[in-house]
Amino acid sequence: MKYISLTIVALYLGIIASFAQSIKKDSIPYEKRKLKFEQADLVNSYYHQDGNNSAVTGGVGTEKLTDFSNTFDLKLSKYDKLGRKHTYNFELGVDTYTSASSDKIDPSTITSPSYSDVRVYPSLSWDIANEQKGKSIGFSISTSVEYDYTSIGAGLSFAKSSKDQNTDFSAKIQAFFDTWKVILPIELRPNNDGYGGYQQNDNAPRNSFSAAFSLSQVINKNLQALIMVEPGYQTGLLATRYQRVYFTNNVLKAEFLPSERIKLPIGARVNYFLGDHIVLRSFLRYYKDNWDINSQTAEIETSIKLSSFASISPFYRYYQQTQSKYFAAYGLHTTAQEFYSSDYDLSKFHSDYFGAGVRFAPPAGVLGISRLSMLELRYGHYKRSNGLNSNIISMNLRFK
Amino acid sequence: MKKLKSLFLLAISIIAFSSCSSIKAYEKMKINDAEMELSARKAEKFEQNFQLYREGSSGANGGKSGGGCGCN
Repeated sequence: MKYISLTIVALYLGIIASFAQSIKKDSIPYEKRKLKFEQADLVNSYYHQDGNNSAVTGGVGTEKLTDFSNTFDLKLSKYDKLGRKHTYNFELGVDTYTSASSDKIDPSTITSPSYSDVRVYPSLSWDIANEQKGKSIGFSISTSVEYDYTSIGAGLSFAKSSKDQNTDFSAKIQAFFDTWKVILPIELRPNNDGYGGYQQNDNAPRNSFSAAFSLSQVINKNLQALIMVEPGYQTGLLATRYQRVYFTNNVLKAEFLPSERIKLPIGARVNYFLGDHIVLRSFLRYYKDNWDINSQTAEIETSIKLSSFASISPFYRYYQQTQSKYFAAYGLHTTAQEFYSSDYDLSKFHSDYFGAGVRFAPPAGVLGISRLSMLELRYGHYKRSNGLNSNIISMNLRFK
Repeated sequence: MKKLKSLFLLAISIIAFSSCSSIKAYEKMKINDAEMELSARKAEKFEQNFQLYREGSSGANGGKSGGGCGCN
């Protein structure tokens, strides 16, 4: 009798155990553990600029430049046995540019290698998210290669959402270890005389470290906001040694800048859904660094929904900055100065940037192609108060 | 410049002092709209890059914060 009872109990427990196992299997179906295609983005842009303050020729001369940029971004995901979502992001970027001012590093050549260049930059990121706990951690690696410059980067990130998913906090640290093969203007090469700093053909390091902290909050059904702080530190060769600087006594030297820079930008985004058809997107940033540049950025974009799958988004951005203490225009630096640059990117100016974007995301796919879920086109015109003008047109194709 | 600083402080104040009511998942139809994302659009990537190169400041916009020369 005792033997029969034990057999029945064992059978019962066996049946319970087998059900328990099947329930566990159902909660995380096997199919979901397979690597799944999430989306792919193809972004292309054409950029053209012109101005008359080229730093290569000491703050005077053409700044004509064209840049054709492309990135392909692939996102895959899978769930592991513990129900955590793993997201893998692979990006490959290729930029091709031609620069009239770079050609003046050595004007004796009609089209020197510096006239045009190609930059290739692959990157890979891996994110592990526990959706039940609202936590995720991520890792990233990247590299960038061009004619005289290579970069290797790595990053680590953490994110946490509140239980009601109305508040999100994220933190990210990044480091980039770059190497720059130094090129001096042709006149300064014969005696290897670049005055201070790295000399012709030196392999100079430039390392960048940054931390980014952001906090976002859903404020009500129509309004959400984000605040972001991203302190950064750079060390190594921060000057562009093929940029010329002409002094009051007509002496010519290669640009020379401190080997350290500390940056502190604080940004905020506020998005508001106005009525049923308008989304107001805004961005504000305050920036300060130890080269005496202070800047403010304000941007507003109004996205008007023409239908449930099409929208048009005119935008305007205003930017202003103070002058770096190391900047002076052509022929205005004195030889007593320790650091010197005639790069107008470090001068005092303000800029206006405006344009519009259109976005199509029909449920049946763009142009009836079911896999092509979204098409976005943007055009922008940039105008700097010191005469630099540029135009950019970009396209984003999204596949799902 | 003072106006921009005031605007920035106003935005920070909105975020800090807004009385945030807990919004349920089913009430987030507008919040979850693609246009409401609190990040730059993918198509803005290269706009952020040229602004980084042509201006003395960078960061806090979700864009590139290092790596690569950007010296042209």
